[in-house]
Amino acid sequence: MRAFTQHQGIVAPMDRSNVDTDMIIPKQFLKSIKRTGFGPNLFDELRYLDEGKPDQDCSERPLNPDFVLNQDRYKGASVLLARSNFGCGSSREHAPWALDDFGFRVIIAPSFADIFYNNCFKNGLLPIVLPEEVVDQLFREAEKNEGYQLTVDLQAKTVTTPSGESFSFDVDDFRRHCLLNGLDDIGVTLEDADLIRDYEEKRRQTAPWLFNAGN
Amino acid sequence: MAGKTLYDKLWDDHLVKQRDDGSALIYIDRQLLHEVTSPQAFEGLRLAGRKPWRIDANIATPDHNVPTTDRDKGIDGIVDPVSRTQVETLDKNCDEFGILEFKIKDQRQGIVHVIGPEQGATLPGMSIVCGDSHTSTHGAFGCLAHGIGTSEVEHVLATQCLVQKKMKNMLVKVNGKLGPGVTGKDVVLAIIGKIGTAGGTGYAIEFGGEAIRGLSMEGRMTICNMSIEAGARVGMVAVDDTTIDYVKGRPFAPKGETWDKAVDYWRTLHSDDDAVFDKVVELDGSAIMPQVSWGTSPEMVTGVDGAVPDPAREEDPIKREGIVRALKYMGLQPNQKITDIQLDRVFIGSCTNSRIEDLREAAAVVKGRKVSPSLKQAMVVPGSGLVKAQAEQEGLDKIFIEAGLEWRDPGCSMCLAMNADKLGQGEHCASTSNRNFEGRQGFGGRTHLVSPGMAAAAAVTGHFVDVRELMH
Repeated sequence: MRAFTQHQGIVAPMDRSNVDTDMIIPKQFLKSIKRTGFGPNLFDELRYLDEGKPDQDCSERPLNPDFVLNQDRYKGASVLLARSNFGCGSSREHAPWALDDFGFRVIIAPSFADIFYNNCFKNGLLPIVLPEEVVDQLFREAEKNEGYQLTVDLQAKTVTTPSGESFSFDVDDFRRHCLLNGLDDIGVTLEDADLIRDYEEKRRQTAPWLFNAGN
Repeated sequence: MAGKTLYDKLWDDHLVKQRDDGSALIYIDRQLLHEVTSPQAFEGLRLAGRKPWRIDANIATPDHNVPTTDRDKGIDGIVDPVSRTQVETLDKNCDEFGILEFKIKDQRQGIVHVIGPEQGATLPGMSIVCGDSHTSTHGAFGCLAHGIGTSEVEHVLATQCLVQKKMKNMLVKVNGKLGPGVTGKDVVLAIIGKIGTAGGTGYAIEFGGEAIRGLSMEGRMTICNMSIEAGARVGMVAVDDTTIDYVKGRPFAPKGETWDKAVDYWRTLHSDDDAVFDKVVELDGSAIMPQVSWGTSPEMVTGVDGAVPDPAREEDPIKREGIVRALKYMGLQPNQKITDIQLDRVFIGSCTNSRIEDLREAAAVVKGRKVSPSLKQAMVVPGSGLVKAQAEQEGLDKIFIEAGLEWRDPGCSMCLAMNADKLGQGEHCASTSNRNFEGRQGFGGRTHLVSPGMAAAAAVTGHFVDVRELMH
């Protein structure tokens, strides 16, 4: 996995709560058997005025001028500023894949849905929870100042504004460790292969029905 | 020391290692696989040169992309080449690794969350995962079951474990008895309406109380299925006689002495009397009426006697904006009566409501009636080949067909419209599925979540009506 230590980038404010994973990447694009190439269809139904189809050249499609990511001032944004319960709905990892493929590295919101939050870490994408009033302030600043950028430091667990104001955030130690070092967490788990085998052996004795292959 | 909750017990029984940093390794007894979220996981295994840890813990079936007509054609019946590739890829991966798969023409094929319990592959006390958020369904059996992303599907394939952090405990207690015509679907929609789509975030929810105890396993599955719509990855119901009677005799269920031993253990799978929950929510089950969602989030729901809300009366600006946006998308007016919403299509199916009792409930309502001529389509999609066969044995298919509903082959179908079954732009659908998000059932489609009985009542009248008025 790609490591994440520090990042500075343009902030795109998406002022809408309960953004669901169907919105992030609609189902017709989940038919791909790859992990890449979802970027052009990120937020497809909000971003374009027509109905998106898989394997289509999106450069010719009519854009929705009102959608935040279509506005020139947010071009090249890599920090998504969002509202509460971002990423609710399905477990599709295609949602973080699409955000990553588009170029986002950080998502900041007052709260995230559990499965989406977890999926981000598996893909080198950093979801950051900040208090509602801080997110409100960042929205105001991002909308007011063209080219507004934030600096994120995972080592120090801080988000810093252009004026130097700094906010700290919480993140699980294990997730942070994996992200900072770009670790493959399957490899980390397999270091405990003996423990897993011991557990399994014990369960085979005490709960043999769990190992029944059916008939 | 306080007693343990059901979740505490399940967690402890599956704990392989507690790490110092607060994370833990949790053993997974069963993984269900389908074609949409598994191809990249198998590819990851291959790229890293890894093998599945325990082949027999996995069961696979294609469900999201499969067509619901012409099943006898098998994979050749899938017109969309991209969908076909995905189903073929699942077959190829399962064949290569030796994983048991109920392929498209197998009578045991169906929606993963229907076939697990049906086969007895879902057993009380198991930890169960699947690359699908509605895996919470299996919690109805006193299981620790939740949806995971594709990277975690790969993790479980490779290690039989997941890295987890323990969630908080929530008890949702539904007191009293449900009225006639009120189902598990109405209960769970009422719960989501009360606690909101993020109300359960970070929690494992246990559903309890007299109304839950009074439900069949299928009703309990419907409730646990939609835990994720309340933000909770895990929803559970304690084991009782209803659970054990349902499991007995199923293909993967234990037999003989092992059965007795298993039952002894399963009977311990309930929260202790003195267990402490981080949060408790109570509802009066006898006051719940048939529910209908009016908006674009499952929390946007009301009783069938209610009306669409007026955003002008909402004080919270973010919520107000959400209502305005939802009404615009749904093409509804503030204060419009729910029973005045005209429908274009009706969908009875999905992992929430496609089991035999759901079909019986719908058939009882449409029997001797006709689908309203104002509808473009009303379809019934059974959850599995075995549900379909059972329904046909009971003559339910004939009741549906006579009334003018289409009788289809099993799959996820119009719940998420990955196959050919979808809504047209602006069309209103009474749907027994689980999500009313924008575009969920088709680009520009407008979903209203209801119970099977309510969907059937809507099918024969062309608009929403209280199903209790149509019950014999």
